[in-house]
Amino acid sequence: MNLTYLFDPAHWDFSTGSIPQLIVSHLWYVLLALVLGTIIALPVGLFIGHTGRGSFIAINAGNAGRSLPTLGLLMLMVTLLGLGLLPVLIALTVLVIPPILTSAYAGLRTLDHSVVDAARGVGMRPMQVLFRVELPMALPVLMSGFRSAALQVVATATVAASVGLGGLGRLLIDGLAVNDYSRVLAGAIVVAVLAVLLDLILALAQRWIVSPGVRASK
Amino acid sequence: MSRLRTAGAAIAGLALTLGLTACGGGSDPLSNDDTGSSAAPGTITVGSANFAESELLAEIYSQALEAKGVTVKRQFNIGARELYLKALQDGSIDLLPEYNGALLSALSSGGAPEGVSKPEDVLGALKKVLPSGTEVLEQSPAEDKDTLTVTADTASKYSLKTIDDLKPVAKDLVIGAGPEWQERYQGLKGLKEVYGIEFKEFKPLDAGGPLTVNALVKNQIQVGNIFSTDSSIVTNKFVVLEDTKSLYLAENIIPLIRTTANNPTVTGALNAVSAKLTTENLTSTLAKVQVDKQDTAAVAKGWLTENGLA
Amino acid sequence: MITYLSNNSEIIWAALRQHIALALIPVVLGFLLALPIGYLGVRFPWLYHPLVNVAGVLYSIPSLALFVFLPVVLGTKILSPLNIVVALTIYTVALLARTVADGLRSVDRLVTESATAMGYRRFRRLIDVELPVALPVILAGLRVATVSNISLVSVGALIGIGGLGQLFTRGFQLFYIQPILVGIILSVLLAGVADLIIVLIQRAVTPWTRFQGGRA
Repeated sequence: MNLTYLFDPAHWDFSTGSIPQLIVSHLWYVLLALVLGTIIALPVGLFIGHTGRGSFIAINAGNAGRSLPTLGLLMLMVTLLGLGLLPVLIALTVLVIPPILTSAYAGLRTLDHSVVDAARGVGMRPMQVLFRVELPMALPVLMSGFRSAALQVVATATVAASVGLGGLGRLLIDGLAVNDYSRVLAGAIVVAVLAVLLDLILALAQRWIVSPGVRASK
Repeated sequence: MSRLRTAGAAIAGLALTLGLTACGGGSDPLSNDDTGSSAAPGTITVGSANFAESELLAEIYSQALEAKGVTVKRQFNIGARELYLKALQDGSIDLLPEYNGALLSALSSGGAPEGVSKPEDVLGALKKVLPSGTEVLEQSPAEDKDTLTVTADTASKYSLKTIDDLKPVAKDLVIGAGPEWQERYQGLKGLKEVYGIEFKEFKPLDAGGPLTVNALVKNQIQVGNIFSTDSSIVTNKFVVLEDTKSLYLAENIIPLIRTTANNPTVTGALNAVSAKLTTENLTSTLAKVQVDKQDTAAVAKGWLTENGLA
Repeated sequence: MITYLSNNSEIIWAALRQHIALALIPVVLGFLLALPIGYLGVRFPWLYHPLVNVAGVLYSIPSLALFVFLPVVLGTKILSPLNIVVALTIYTVALLARTVADGLRSVDRLVTESATAMGYRRFRRLIDVELPVALPVILAGLRVATVSNISLVSVGALIGIGGLGQLFTRGFQLFYIQPILVGIILSVLLAGVADLIIVLIQRAVTPWTRFQGGRA
């Protein structure tokens, strides 16, 4: 295994195409997709979980979303919209939505019903039940869905490079194009390390935002 | 207990079905290489680079061979030269359409030797540097060169006619090409060495494909690497910058083949193709694929029929 | 789209067949490998966390990198479909080993203890009691692995072997959406059919799950 590309200081300055610059653009894609995906999927998942209406969608969204090939979707979007951030964003957001939607739904559905009944019993209105009781208690499940979405999108964002965009996929695609395996290896390692770090950060965040009472009961 | 047996049987059944699917139709995707001996003797695996013209030429070669009774396996769209040459050397593929100048340049360290630009000279020089176990057949008069191309707007704005004209303005311009251009002599390296040109930025796009064309049209790049046979040059009224210092050599289309796969039938079939192929008929045939979106196999068949080869 | 389909039926059919083989052979291989590996994670509890972590890291390696690297590691040819098969098998094992372990761990202690009391030895108990009880969880994992494999195969098209993914690159190189659309639709349909087959197998082999009011 040839690590020369990864450890060459010349690839660690902040010029165009350097590793730090690619990490930043990679994380930018990941962040945008996660934020956008959450904005879309969370309310839908919570609505379905809270009301029980449309459960069919939530149960099947996971597998249907996973079955959409990201590479194809991305190439379709670039063909339709041209080069730019938008096609990547659409393709990656589609990838992020299913796990978040499914976990939001599952988080609410698997709650102990007596707790929800008790909340209603003390006179909470539906929105209060949702935001003060259901959501905090569903957080562990929701976060695990979010974490798996994040892992997937970090690894998959590499396909952006195959349509002429940036991110760490550039190391893979360019390394492949110029037959430089050391560069491909650098890309693979940096992506894997990034994924592990991100998961660690999200795990810490989860500890921090999940109520101690919920954690203890799980 | 019996449930689990049922499960086991079901899974075994599934495995068997998959195994059968994999072997069905004589196109077992797992049998084509690795041992090298598993492909039936006399089968030629034809490869292609990742752009439309290469695939079209590979399809023409394939059908010409099939017309002579040779069994062909198609392994198109592999990638850039750096990658497919490796595939040729490890025997994953046996044959593919090449461009004599670009191939020579890729195989010679520091670019093609100086003073070599005519087709015959290029071919002579090329034969000396071919990887062992490979050979080239007759080259065709059809040429497809790498070009540096700009939009009419960019050309008039910076009064560009030749690549040399780029020198004073290149620092403000973004160039787009396949990612392999970063390292190629007939890419950024040669532009710097031969013309002394360095661009503001390099955008890795595709090998003269629609991404590059699109980026040019939208001014996301100002200079693009487009192939001279590409119909987009005419449709978009692009300006091809003249290569006054012959960075891009003669680029005649030529079959590159593994010696072990070659025999008189193969040579005969491919040389007949090369003899009929011209820059004009290649350009118009390619337009059927690129512009009219016709199926590559049908277009290749049409070309062979027109030229009495099928 | 209809004209595209009829003009290119041969190419599409070949791509689909390759796609099925490249996606599903790894599912079977990965499943067979994940069973013993997952069991080890339960039999030796100290192995569970390392197992989960290694699986997580393996899963986060980009597929393209794995496709390109395996020839270096395995000595296979760079265009060998074997590279795709091995890469996807690795992903499948990474996903399923954990599911198998979780499934076996979720078996109620009372159940295993009763089995032991009835005279089952460890191996027979595993085969006759624990595995069947854990099967719904394991098959749920198998569904995920199958569907994501089907979607991942297409990335192989970037190195010239990607089943339906080749329709994506073909369309993309011509800026022509028909092949891309056909590829996406077939890929999603294939995933749906494969998923359905596993659900049917699951219903057939674990009929008891239907009597608990749970969803199959």
